[in-house]
Amino acid sequence: MKKQHTTTIKEDMTIYNAGRQKDMLLKALEGCQELDIDLSQVGEMDTAGFQLLLLAKREATKASKSLRLTGHSKAVTDLMDLYNMAGYFGDPVVIPAEEGAPRKAANGRQAT
Amino acid sequence: MDAIQQAFVVESRELLQAMEDNLLQMESSGGDAETINAIFRAAHTIKGGAGVIECKFIVEFTHVLENVLDEMRSGTIKPDPELIEVLLACSDQLDSLVGCVESECEPDDEVNKASVALRQKLQRFLGNPAAATGGVVPSEAKVEVSGGGGEMETDNWHISLRFGHDVLRKGMEPSAFLRYLNELGRIVHLVTLPDGIPDADEMDPESCYLGFEISYQSDADKAKIDSVFDFVRDDCLIHIWPPHSKLADFISSIEELPEDTMRLGEILIKCGALTQQELDQALSVQSDRSQETEAQPRIGDVLVKQGAVTPEVVEAAAVKQSKVAEKKSLESQLIRVQAAKLDLLIDLVGEMVIASAGANMLAHRSGEAALVESTSVIAMLVEQIRDSALQLRMVQIGDTFTRFQRVVRDTSHELGKDIELVISGSEAELDKSVVEKLGDPLMHLVRNAIDHGIESPDVRVANGKPARGTLRLNAYHESGSIAIEIIDDGAGISREKILAKARDRGLIGSGQVLTDSETYNLLFEPGFSTAEKITNISGRGVGLDVVKRGITSLRGSVEVESNEGAGSTFRIRLPLTLAIIDGFMVGVGKFTYVIPLGTVVECIELTEKDRVETANRQYINLRGGVLPFVRLREQFEIAEAAGRRENIVVVQYAGQKIGLVVDELMGEFQTVIKPLGSIFKHIKGIGGSTILGSGDVALILDVQSLVALATVQQNRGQTAEALRV
Repeated sequence: MKKQHTTTIKEDMTIYNAGRQKDMLLKALEGCQELDIDLSQVGEMDTAGFQLLLLAKREATKASKSLRLTGHSKAVTDLMDLYNMAGYFGDPVVIPAEEGAPRKAANGRQAT
Repeated sequence: MDAIQQAFVVESRELLQAMEDNLLQMESSGGDAETINAIFRAAHTIKGGAGVIECKFIVEFTHVLENVLDEMRSGTIKPDPELIEVLLACSDQLDSLVGCVESECEPDDEVNKASVALRQKLQRFLGNPAAATGGVVPSEAKVEVSGGGGEMETDNWHISLRFGHDVLRKGMEPSAFLRYLNELGRIVHLVTLPDGIPDADEMDPESCYLGFEISYQSDADKAKIDSVFDFVRDDCLIHIWPPHSKLADFISSIEELPEDTMRLGEILIKCGALTQQELDQALSVQSDRSQETEAQPRIGDVLVKQGAVTPEVVEAAAVKQSKVAEKKSLESQLIRVQAAKLDLLIDLVGEMVIASAGANMLAHRSGEAALVESTSVIAMLVEQIRDSALQLRMVQIGDTFTRFQRVVRDTSHELGKDIELVISGSEAELDKSVVEKLGDPLMHLVRNAIDHGIESPDVRVANGKPARGTLRLNAYHESGSIAIEIIDDGAGISREKILAKARDRGLIGSGQVLTDSETYNLLFEPGFSTAEKITNISGRGVGLDVVKRGITSLRGSVEVESNEGAGSTFRIRLPLTLAIIDGFMVGVGKFTYVIPLGTVVECIELTEKDRVETANRQYINLRGGVLPFVRLREQFEIAEAAGRRENIVVVQYAGQKIGLVVDELMGEFQTVIKPLGSIFKHIKGIGGSTILGSGDVALILDVQSLVALATVQQNRGQTAEALRV
């Protein structure tokens, strides 16, 4: 089992992809001890997608693994703010200096 | 009635019973917090259930009741006898409202009137706040009022949302509703509840599992806010509390949260009753202290001390925690099964008993030792299955007994008597169908004992008895049947009065001498009453005969013992089950009869000498005693002449022994009772029929009526003999 692994989600996290993404996330989590999910390329997120993150986080906690969300795209932060759940994940979210700034500058990551 | 309504009716009945028990306990020993809580919870759960089945009349009624109970919980209203009386009436009223649900009809005018009257009474206890402050005891009222009855301090709306699983699939997006809320006003604080997400395997990525608790600021009215959720109303649980709602309503919202054991603090935050900062602060205080001292103060206590929440809110959350745990342990112990399924099982077991008897007989006929052995093992197993299947239907009689606490209380109050109900033997078990039919006769006997048996306190004191009368309900097992006793320490029944009355009515001749039991048996004659005055409880003379008929229809019997001045005992005997019995098979001519084994005492041969002697009389000398007997051949008019040998089966019922003269003794037989059609119900001495292994039909003897018959015949015979001399 790998110690650390990064999964990048390259498509929208919506109900249309949720079934596939659920299996994908759970499998990724199974294969490692620390999973980072890169959300920088998620263009759209709905409640179904958001639930998958909740599920992944809970499964990770249950298995004493660590799960980090990184590079939250605007779609992710919007929903996370609305649902007031940033605290639940506990990951640092870097807010772009100005709206519409190039996204890659926002990929701050911390080890803890 | 659909399944949900049915479940509601069953659950409500149980809760109402618990509520009544607790109310009675509160009356006798004063209400502690736990009792009041239990009553409140019962009312609250009923209200919740009624809401689910959309039964408005119960919700409306329970709402007021709940308010009063809530004030009691917070100590604003103290339980006094008058209040308890009203609450008991409310529990009765709820019972009849639940009855309306059961019979699927709207409550009629009378029931509605009673509801309104009770609600008004309850309102009076609540009082209105203005009256309370300007009332007689303003200072006390002020001291007692606590947060539980007060208003929420926040001037925000509170919205509680639980989205249904299908919302996403229907193309609706929860976040869209929240964004729309933000257009109509401002979401001050929102908590997402992820707890509904099931295990990873069971989680359907296309279902919605989220819930939200929202603190909301808006100038819109409730209808407007409500209309936001028009599209999802059918799938969702939506609660909207206006600003300054009653804290009590708010607490009840805690209790409706999805049933997970959550940390107390989390529940409170999620309800918006306190903020994250407040919790964090409380948590840090808790950990600071635990470093200093070993003992961790409970987080609830800490929060209360900091003034973050009122004790009532913490308590409600704590109650929910313990209730979740309680429910889980109960669920694992009991299974609810439909009675019809059990009946089917017992029917099948009955058929199996018959089939196994048939196989057994064939095996014996074939004479193959191995086959005989294996069928006998099967027969033994079938017997065990039969016993455990019947055991499934057995219920303890205790529940039936405790129900009379209320009856005794109400009736004795009404009559101005002081009576204590003592219950013993409540663990004795009997068939559920018997228990159900036992209620009415028992009720009659209990009311009878209270009304006629136990005297009023002053009479009792004058007679040197304690002012408080005692009524005992007792049950015990006795050779294949159960005996239930209703014992009072009252005035007893006067033999002379019964005899005088019986002579008046021409039931007995003027010179006739009756034994004690015969005398008391007269009480069960139709229209017989020794009561001097008729009350609205009993004494109209329509009663004991109905009791007797009810008990007889269950193949049971009832008898009375009485000591004038010291009290009376009514004793009911009932068979343990109505479905399958152990029988003793006997043959008369070519016919087979079955005698319930529990009643058989012994079998003796009818000797040649006895046969000669008994040609003209109906009794023999059994070890120096008189044993009356019945010749089944004559009783059932079997044409064939008697065989060379005859036997007597000695049977006993309610202490009376008689002999049954038969040709052949055939041994034990498991008997599945098949009821006889109603055209046979006038035949004396037959209780039912059964099917033998050979496929033949055998009749089951009704020992009780045969005993009665033999005793009468013997008396008549003796009188005739006396006349001849």
